[in-house]
Amino acid sequence: MAELTSTGIDRQTRARTEWLLVGLGIAALIAAPFFLYPVFLMKMLCFALFAAAFNLLLGYTGLLSFGHAAFFGGAAYFTAHAVKEWGWTPEFGVLLGVFGAAVLGLIIGFFAIRRQGIYFAMITLALAQMFYFFCVQAPFTKGEDGIQGVPRGHLFGFIDLSVPLNMYFFVLGGFLIGVFAVWRIVHSPFGMILKSIRENENRAISLGYSVARYKLAAFVMSATLAGLAGAMKALVFQFATLTDVTWQMSGEVILMTLLGGIGTMLGPIVGAGLVVTLQNYLATSEFPVTVITGAIFMICVLLFRRGIVGEILARFSRGESDAR
Amino acid sequence: MTMIFGIPIQAFLGQLLVGLINGSFYAMLSLGLAIIFGLLRVINFAHGAQYMLGAFIGYLLLAHLGIGYWPALILVPLLVGLSGMAIEKVALSRLYNVDPLYGLLFTFGLALVLEGAFRYFYGVSGQSYMPPSQLSGGTNLGFMFLPNYRGWVVVASLIICIGTWLLIEKTKLGAYLRAATENPTLVQAFGVNVPLLLTLTYGIGSALAGLAGIMAAPVYQVSPLMGSNLIIVVFAVVVVGGMGSILGAIVTGYMLGLAEGLTKVFYPEASNIVIFVIMAIVLLVRPAGLFGKDA
Repeated sequence: MAELTSTGIDRQTRARTEWLLVGLGIAALIAAPFFLYPVFLMKMLCFALFAAAFNLLLGYTGLLSFGHAAFFGGAAYFTAHAVKEWGWTPEFGVLLGVFGAAVLGLIIGFFAIRRQGIYFAMITLALAQMFYFFCVQAPFTKGEDGIQGVPRGHLFGFIDLSVPLNMYFFVLGGFLIGVFAVWRIVHSPFGMILKSIRENENRAISLGYSVARYKLAAFVMSATLAGLAGAMKALVFQFATLTDVTWQMSGEVILMTLLGGIGTMLGPIVGAGLVVTLQNYLATSEFPVTVITGAIFMICVLLFRRGIVGEILARFSRGESDAR
Repeated sequence: MTMIFGIPIQAFLGQLLVGLINGSFYAMLSLGLAIIFGLLRVINFAHGAQYMLGAFIGYLLLAHLGIGYWPALILVPLLVGLSGMAIEKVALSRLYNVDPLYGLLFTFGLALVLEGAFRYFYGVSGQSYMPPSQLSGGTNLGFMFLPNYRGWVVVASLIICIGTWLLIEKTKLGAYLRAATENPTLVQAFGVNVPLLLTLTYGIGSALAGLAGIMAAPVYQVSPLMGSNLIIVVFAVVVVGGMGSILGAIVTGYMLGLAEGLTKVFYPEASNIVIFVIMAIVLLVRPAGLFGKDA
């Protein structure tokens, strides 16, 4: 992303508009369940957070992980198991899922960061596939059936999450915390170093940063947030199945990020919204979803690599520099 | 019954043969991937889909046109190769100047489209494809029973791998190819048509995948999902071997196939993941891969 060279006043108005837009967005999300189907909205929020977490790695660190389904689906399994079999409350169930995803991220990341670029993508894909086979065989995942009938339970012991609106605001809270975390990480000194690794890894090494450690940290953070999304999804749909750990799921989150705009804050959220809506729309038709998904992939890569939000931002900044 | 390490020798050799067959396909596919990657710097995610396409074209040729296995062995790679060249010309060639990851993403999309389309028309259940009459039945080797077709697959894949290796190491075309891998700008300055070379290379790589597909048709079921499950394992093979050398890709393919077969004998639960475990160990000990040159 090209940083704009604007004057102080420009920047101030820009910041004010941005905050206004964020405020409007949150207000819309609070109002949304009164107009739209809450489960659909919750699905959207979960995937939006998943994509935002993925984007933290791809967009801001320049690492393409092809194995994020392991964290998303893995967390879903851990949460579902803790809540259903051990009778944990939802907040602790989600915490366990998040923690499990972080540990998985640490293990997979440890191996993956040993190679760069395309190899990194292949290694994450292979290790996630290994986790998939583990899930197929491990008894606690219940194999092909998955963990069914997970109770939503009572948040902190007294908020009944089986009430759709309560559940919605729980998920919205998780989503906002997650996205705020991504924003905070990206705009911290740590995030600046991540971006410098993305732009020029060798330069970052020569400046004395232990790049491997930063990459691993970014990987674990991304995995953790993806885990939060997966854990919440398990409670929303009340099941955890193999679908969430397949490589197709890893591909889906890449598509959401690519379609919305890699390396933009809003892009993955927009992309996730579009893809989930599309899937919902196609679910009733005969037409195979993968063909559409694949076609969007090819079109995005060939025609607008910056994604929807990225293209809009680029238009804006171009328009501004023309006017000056 | 003769026993080896507490396992009946028949079962032991049987699994070893299965490993060798799987290894033959790993070798042919990782060879194609390595050739494409060497020159184009693109990881061809569609490789598995092209393998599936090869098997399906073979199946369709037989079912609708009555064209049998032997002509298909020529026709299928030709068709898959030509379709690959068209894709390279129209789309992939536009992606050489951007991050190599976009090539991976594009071919991933292509794989999804191919797989989804075949799934839509043929469902997920497999279609069977009979081996040609000359190769049906089996031979009793004294210590085990060898289905003729499987013997043929092992021999043919060895010939294909060695043939491709010779093509690249010993011929004029191969010399251009290797030179263009080292320094495309310089080779172009010498008057070699590098864009054409790139198109041809992607064609050859896809044709190899198609050829592996038609050879696999009588061994496994012809199903839309046959490629995607395989390609991830082949990626692991490629990471283990390192994509620096053609020979490395071939040797690693066979080795890992055998390792998988052996695991099936001694610890069947782990046979799905053994290749990934080996990959992880190699990454720890030698991150560049067994035959890799790049650090």
